[in-house]
Amino acid sequence: MASVVGTFTIDPRARKAAKRRMRGEGATGWAFVSPSVLLILGLSIVPVVWSLLLSFQVNDLVSPSSWVGLENYKALLQDPTFASAVKHTLLYTVLYVPLSVVGGLAIAIALNRKIKFIGLYRTLVFVPFVVSAAAQGVLFSFVLDPDFGVANSLLHKVGLPAQGFFGDSAQALPLLVLISLWSGTGFCVIVYLAGLQGVSAELVEAARIDGAGKLGVLRHVVLPALSPITVFLLLFQTIGALQLFDLVFVTTKGGPLGSTTVIVYFIWEKAFKSFTAGYSAAAAYGLALALLVVGVALQISRRRAAR
Amino acid sequence: MKRPSAWHLVLAPLALLFALPLLWLLVSSVMTNAEINRFPPALIPSGIDLGGYRYVLGNALFPRWFVNSMIVSAVAVTANLAFGTLGGYAFARIRFAGSKLMLGMMLATMVIPFQLTMIPTFLVMKSLGLIDTLGALIIPSLVTPLAVFLFRQFFVSLPRELEEAAWIDGCGRLRILVSIVLPLARPALSTVAVLTFLSTWNDLTWPLIAINSDSNYTLQLGLTTFQGQHHTQWAAVMAGNVITVLPVLLGFLLAQKAFIRSLASTGLKG
Repeated sequence: MASVVGTFTIDPRARKAAKRRMRGEGATGWAFVSPSVLLILGLSIVPVVWSLLLSFQVNDLVSPSSWVGLENYKALLQDPTFASAVKHTLLYTVLYVPLSVVGGLAIAIALNRKIKFIGLYRTLVFVPFVVSAAAQGVLFSFVLDPDFGVANSLLHKVGLPAQGFFGDSAQALPLLVLISLWSGTGFCVIVYLAGLQGVSAELVEAARIDGAGKLGVLRHVVLPALSPITVFLLLFQTIGALQLFDLVFVTTKGGPLGSTTVIVYFIWEKAFKSFTAGYSAAAAYGLALALLVVGVALQISRRRAAR
Repeated sequence: MKRPSAWHLVLAPLALLFALPLLWLLVSSVMTNAEINRFPPALIPSGIDLGGYRYVLGNALFPRWFVNSMIVSAVAVTANLAFGTLGGYAFARIRFAGSKLMLGMMLATMVIPFQLTMIPTFLVMKSLGLIDTLGALIIPSLVTPLAVFLFRQFFVSLPRELEEAAWIDGCGRLRILVSIVLPLARPALSTVAVLTFLSTWNDLTWPLIAINSDSNYTLQLGLTTFQGQHHTQWAAVMAGNVITVLPVLLGFLLAQKAFIRSLASTGLKG
C-alpha cells in the first residue's frame, strides 16, 4: 500500500509515531466500551446468577429469603397449573410458528413481483407488526367483544349465532394465535422478501431452461436457497412464541378458566401477584432451559443446512 | 397496452385483510358511543365525532402517559446511539486487552430471556429506590447488545483509509469517531434508532412490573388500564388506542425503508 492518502504524501516518521500511538490505546478502548459493558453485563449476568439462587429459595420480594434446595423445582413438576401452562404454550407455539413462517413465505413469493400498487400491498401486510401488543389486545378486545364487537355484528348479519370469543375457553387460545398471525406474519414476509432478492436469477433461469416448471423451480432452487432464513425464522418465531405474555395480559389475563395461562403469564403471576419469587424463578429457569435447547437444536440444523 | 396482472385478485384482498383491523380502529375512534352501543353496532359512522379524542385528551392522566412514554423512548434512543457508537467503534477499531472476550460476553447475553432477569432486575431497581419512577424504565434500556453489535458490524465494513489520515495528523479517537465516522454512519444510526424506539415505545411487561402509580404509567400500560376502567366507552378507548399507535405508525410510514431494512437486517444477520 502506497503511503499516499488523497493528494498528501505522508512523512514516514509521522507514520511511525502514529503506529506507536495505536499501541497505547488500551485506556481509550476501555473508556469507550465501559458504559455498554457495565450496563449490559451488570444487568444480565448479575440477574441470571441471582435468579438461579432465588430458584433455590423461598422469597416474597420483601422479607429475607430462606434456602429450600430443589423444593421449588420439585413442586413445579407436580403443579397442575404449570403443566397446563406448558401445554397451552406448546399448543400456541405449534400453531403459530409454522403458520407464520409458511404463510410468510407464501405471501413473500406473492409480493415478490413488480406490479402496480405492490409497495402499498407490502406496506399493508407489514404494518400490523409495528403495532404494540397492548394496542393489538385492546383493539381485538373491542372487535371480539361479545355484545358490542363488530365480529358478532357481522356474524349476525350473515345469520350465524353470536360467539363468546375471549369468554369461551375453547376459542380464546386459537384467537390469540390468529391475532399473533395478523401482526407477526409481516415480519416473516419482510425477511423472506429480503432473502428472495438474494436468490440467484441465473440459477432460476438455468432450471427453467432445463425444463423445470414453476413448482420445480420453487422446490429445487428457491426453497434450498432460502433454507438458512427459514431456520432463522423458525428459531426467532419459536423463541417469541414461548415468551408470549403481553397479548395474554391485555386480552384474557390467562382466562377463561385458565385456558390461556401460558408459561410467562404463570411466571409473572407467581412473582408479582402471589409473591412467590423463588418459585417463579424456578419456572423461569425451566423456560430458559427449553429456549436454550431450541436454540442449540436449530443452530445444529442450521450448520447442517449450510453444508 | 399491458393488461393488469391477475395477481391483484390475490394481493388486494390479502392486503385488505391485514389492513381491516387498523381501519376499524380508526373508524370506531370517530364513532359516537350510541352508535357503538346499539346492537348490532353500526358499521359506518354517521359522521366524524371527535368526542372520544376530546375525552382522552381531557383526561387527567392520558396526556401524561404520552409524555412519560416519549421521555423514556427519547432517552433510550439517544443513549443507545451514544453508547452503541462508542462501544461499537472501539470493538471495531481499537485494539485493547479483553476486547474479544467482552464482545463475546455481550453477544452471549442476547440469548438470555427477559423472564430470567426480570425478578432480580426488579430487586436491583428496588434497592436503588427507583421502583415506580421512570428511572426504572430508562436504566435497563440505556444500551442493548444489539445496538453495540450493529454499530460494530457497520464500522468494520467502512474502509480504514478514511480514518488513517486524521489519525496520522494526531486526531484523537473521539474526534475521528464524531467528525469522520459518524457522518458516514447514517444507515446504522437510523437502524438502531428505529429498533430502539420500537421496542421501548411498545414495551408493556417491564413497565407493568416496575411502575405502580398511575401518574408514572407509560402509554401502553395506561391504555391497558384505561380499557379496563372505561370498557363501556369504546370510542374513547379506541381514540386512546389510535394515539398510542400513531407515533410508531407515523415513524413507519415516514421512514419505511429504514424500518424494513432494520428489521430485515436482524433476520439476515441473525
